[in-house]
Amino acid sequence: MLGALIIVFREVLEAGLIVGIVLAATQGVAGRGRGRWIAIGIGGGLAGAAIVAAFAGAISEAFQGSGQELFNACVLAIAVVMLMWHNAWMARHGREIAAEMRSIGVAVSEGARPLTALAVVVGLAVLREGSEVVLFLYGIVASGTSMGSVFLGGVLGIACGAAFSALTYYGLLAIPQRYIFAVTSWLIALLAAGMAAQAVQFLNNGGLLTAFDNTMWDTSWLLSEGSILGRLMHTLIGYTERPTGMQLIVYVCTLVAMYLLMRIARAPERPRAATV
Amino acid sequence: MKTLLVACLASALLAPALARADDFTLTIKDHKFTPSELKVAAGKRHTITVVNNDATPEEFESHALKIEKVVVGNGKGVVRIGPLKAGKYPFVGEYHEDTAKGVIVAE
Repeated sequence: MLGALIIVFREVLEAGLIVGIVLAATQGVAGRGRGRWIAIGIGGGLAGAAIVAAFAGAISEAFQGSGQELFNACVLAIAVVMLMWHNAWMARHGREIAAEMRSIGVAVSEGARPLTALAVVVGLAVLREGSEVVLFLYGIVASGTSMGSVFLGGVLGIACGAAFSALTYYGLLAIPQRYIFAVTSWLIALLAAGMAAQAVQFLNNGGLLTAFDNTMWDTSWLLSEGSILGRLMHTLIGYTERPTGMQLIVYVCTLVAMYLLMRIARAPERPRAATV
Repeated sequence: MKTLLVACLASALLAPALARADDFTLTIKDHKFTPSELKVAAGKRHTITVVNNDATPEEFESHALKIEKVVVGNGKGVVRIGPLKAGKYPFVGEYHEDTAKGVIVAE
């Protein structure tokens, strides 16, 4: 049972972390409807996970056996674009929202657009990790051995992952309101850079992009990616114990692109002095 | 005994595959990899076909090789590795980590 709990928890952890950050990042945006969008994201992700798991064989065999890698790379790439969109939107409107939250103490209901973007991010995270959980649990059901206790372990693993998600959310909410947009914007930028680096590695594994694929360094002695902390850092900042040259290039480029995009989005600034 | 037999059979079947420099096969049976140690040439690209002879899905995972690949029950999947520096690169079947483990040795 403990084995199943740990396996499922590890998979749910990653999605849970992303959901927690996204929830915190949308704090104050469109008070009504936020929960609904996140729920749609999780629900859609679960449905997608079941479909992906059911067609895992077919996906794997597509594109000369590179289908799975291509699929993962696409899912990650879409998530990166959505995260960029969110941060650009927040750069433009975040200050108004923060100002309004301070002055009237309630969330403004301006614009549902970043919510759709983040619902997609949540959905894709749940889809990717969820499909692995579904396959694992399916394997247990298929083998029929000591099903009950292992299945219970799986369910407890999901519960622990959800609890961790809540912990992330409330942890971030403890940050003073003044800084929360800045903090979540940085978190999302690092999240996106890590995802982009992961996406190019999938393309590499699929044999679709092999340029600069020499390993730059090895920090597995310092922090193993297999450990819980290693996995957390992998999701949070894209920690890779043996990054390739291409992964580094893409990581840095994503961060720079995100920064420039936020600068541009902020550009048409009205005189701020009066509003503060 | 049965495992030994399977191992012998698998290695006999693998011999032709090993003759070709860049292609390898790893077979999963009873949540174990055969062979559990695979020697590959350092500095070159290799293709490994992971054949899953169990009815349950398995996830071939290696942080050292930066690979995670789901291989469905009674199915197979291709993973591409390298170029690797000389050294040991452990891998596991994530769904059955207790038994499904092995190492790729680049030299």
